[in-house]
Amino acid sequence: MRPIRMAEPILQVRDLHTHFFADEGVVRAVDGTSFELYAGRTLGIVGESGCGKSVTARSLLRIIERPGRIVSGEILLRRANGAVTDLVGLPADGPDMRAIRGGEIGLVFQEPMSSLSAFHSVGAQLIEAIRLHSGLSKRAARTRAIELLAMVGIPRPSQRVDAYSFELSGGLRQRVMIALALAAEPRVLIADEPTTALDVTTQAQVLDLIRRLQQERDLAVILITHDMGVIAEMADDVVVMYLGHEVEKGPVDAIFHAPRHPYTRSLLRSIPSVLAEPRARLATISGSIPHPFARPPGCPFHPRCPDRMRGVCEKSFPNEVLIGEQHATACHLYTSVAAPA
Amino acid sequence: MTQVLDVRSLRKHYSIRRGLLGRVAAQIRAVDDVSFSIARGETLSLVGESGCGKTTTSRCILRAIAPTSGEIRFRGESGEEIDVARLGRKQLRPLRRQMQMIFQDPFSSLNPRMTIAEIIGEPLLVNGMADRNERNHRVGELLELVQLPSAYLNRFPHAFSGGQRQRIGIARALALNPSLIVADEPVSALDVSVQAQIVNLMLDLQDRLGMAYLFVAHDLSVVKHVSHRVAVMYAGRIVEIAPTAALFAAPLHPYTEALLSAVPVPDPRRRAQRIVLEGDVADPSHLPAGCHFHPRCRYATDRCRIETPELREVAPGHAVRCLRATELSLLGVAAQA
Repeated sequence: MRPIRMAEPILQVRDLHTHFFADEGVVRAVDGTSFELYAGRTLGIVGESGCGKSVTARSLLRIIERPGRIVSGEILLRRANGAVTDLVGLPADGPDMRAIRGGEIGLVFQEPMSSLSAFHSVGAQLIEAIRLHSGLSKRAARTRAIELLAMVGIPRPSQRVDAYSFELSGGLRQRVMIALALAAEPRVLIADEPTTALDVTTQAQVLDLIRRLQQERDLAVILITHDMGVIAEMADDVVVMYLGHEVEKGPVDAIFHAPRHPYTRSLLRSIPSVLAEPRARLATISGSIPHPFARPPGCPFHPRCPDRMRGVCEKSFPNEVLIGEQHATACHLYTSVAAPA
Repeated sequence: MTQVLDVRSLRKHYSIRRGLLGRVAAQIRAVDDVSFSIARGETLSLVGESGCGKTTTSRCILRAIAPTSGEIRFRGESGEEIDVARLGRKQLRPLRRQMQMIFQDPFSSLNPRMTIAEIIGEPLLVNGMADRNERNHRVGELLELVQLPSAYLNRFPHAFSGGQRQRIGIARALALNPSLIVADEPVSALDVSVQAQIVNLMLDLQDRLGMAYLFVAHDLSVVKHVSHRVAVMYAGRIVEIAPTAALFAAPLHPYTEALLSAVPVPDPRRRAQRIVLEGDVADPSHLPAGCHFHPRCRYATDRCRIETPELREVAPGHAVRCLRATELSLLGVAAQA
């Protein structure tokens, strides 16, 4: 456990709401998320499809596409000079936001094949990113690009700098993505399912790389994934989301060893494990994730919840309550009745 | 134990042709000398990383593609053993009934213009069940087997979630009482909470109906929950095959050891020292000499660079393709407490 935290968070998200306004109705993709991010630490955001984890990341970067928009909330970024900027107040396409996106906040996406250009060499893309956020000459930027490729563990970087993305394996492509994300020396790295498209041994390489770079540069990392194993491996703090709501958040050890929200508990029980007995049945969560247009009233998890309280859970959304050191959950079990021991 | 499937020395090679004359520039050995068998009611999993040949192997068995050489002996309900590898299209037809498939992507494997009754009933109709009432009765039974309400009969696939679609896919595969179901990554596109339901359903159906599964997957955790036996593939070959418990607890091939140690365990107190493999999976058109795994193997010796290991049985039911199998003591997943 590393409970001691540096004085000020780099990034502070307060009660963020991002909604999508479609003809069929409003999808409240992110509905009241708050968290803090610190230098040198990894915040894991985990949940199943439709939980809002990726929309949260895209909101931070201000790349939400229409018909979606941030309805309310604050995204407070502490700049290098100590000033605090609310990203929600900046125009999404304005010069400030463009300097922050890919500058102070780097990003790595799931699919390196579609995020890298097939028409420009790896080097050309790196040089562009380096020069966009620094005053380096083309020649100096090329030297820097080769350094970056070496740093992310790409063999023969001075040759690979002229390669095209389709000439590289999936693992190498993801390393190039990470090099690109780090080109402008960001202080925050957002990685959205960075290893989901990779094989397990390649995933291990990439996770190791992210961890090493974080330590070297005191990076604050937001890791978004559906994989509880990756969270357990990487995160210091965890936010568990379900249908746009954060249902539980806390230090990684508390989330895995003292989960309190019925969704977190059920989710953890339903994960297949290499440590299980062969052919052991898995614990299940009944039903399936509701369609975003048909979100249940009250607590969105209540129709699937093993502990639901009739007359309470379908009526109102539970407020978040603190249940331990830095550990909070939004569940009526802990608000309307005495918390079970 | 009677075998439902016995695969012997299966090979699938592709030629890369270049130039005006179509000269063969390289051979890709996608599947190279693969042998295994599956007993009635048994689940064998084929695991490995992308490009290892697991999907090509399963497609050869279903004869979606024609193997280059080798035997695929299938023993259907008649008890007669037939080499599927050599049959023509027409001869294959009666056998296809007994070998069915469950697909990975429940969103693209169901025809959006057909109702659930039509989708599940189609294999029945094609195989001679012409009477609509009889067919609907059977479809109702199948829906019950996969735990879907029969009220869904006349709905279209778009109305269903990923997990429900996968249940529909399973019902269709079960329609003709197959002896073997090939399931290629059947749960990898599903959310965790739904994945657990489908894994349990597949286990329950097997216990009830007794068909065998060839389960193709990359996720070793899921594999642990479904398999009686596991075959690990690397660069077109089986490098290790063993009963599930033995393979996970005491792997004998260094690649299996590395694969197991790379799986993230959902427990932050077990942030294990992982064996991180260097480099990438071997290029199937330029396979390294000797043991294909030697450039990435932390235990490789000079002998491994020259000599190609055979798959040999070192314990009952446990075979491995490694020259040093009996002298190494490798770590399994239960051991790294």
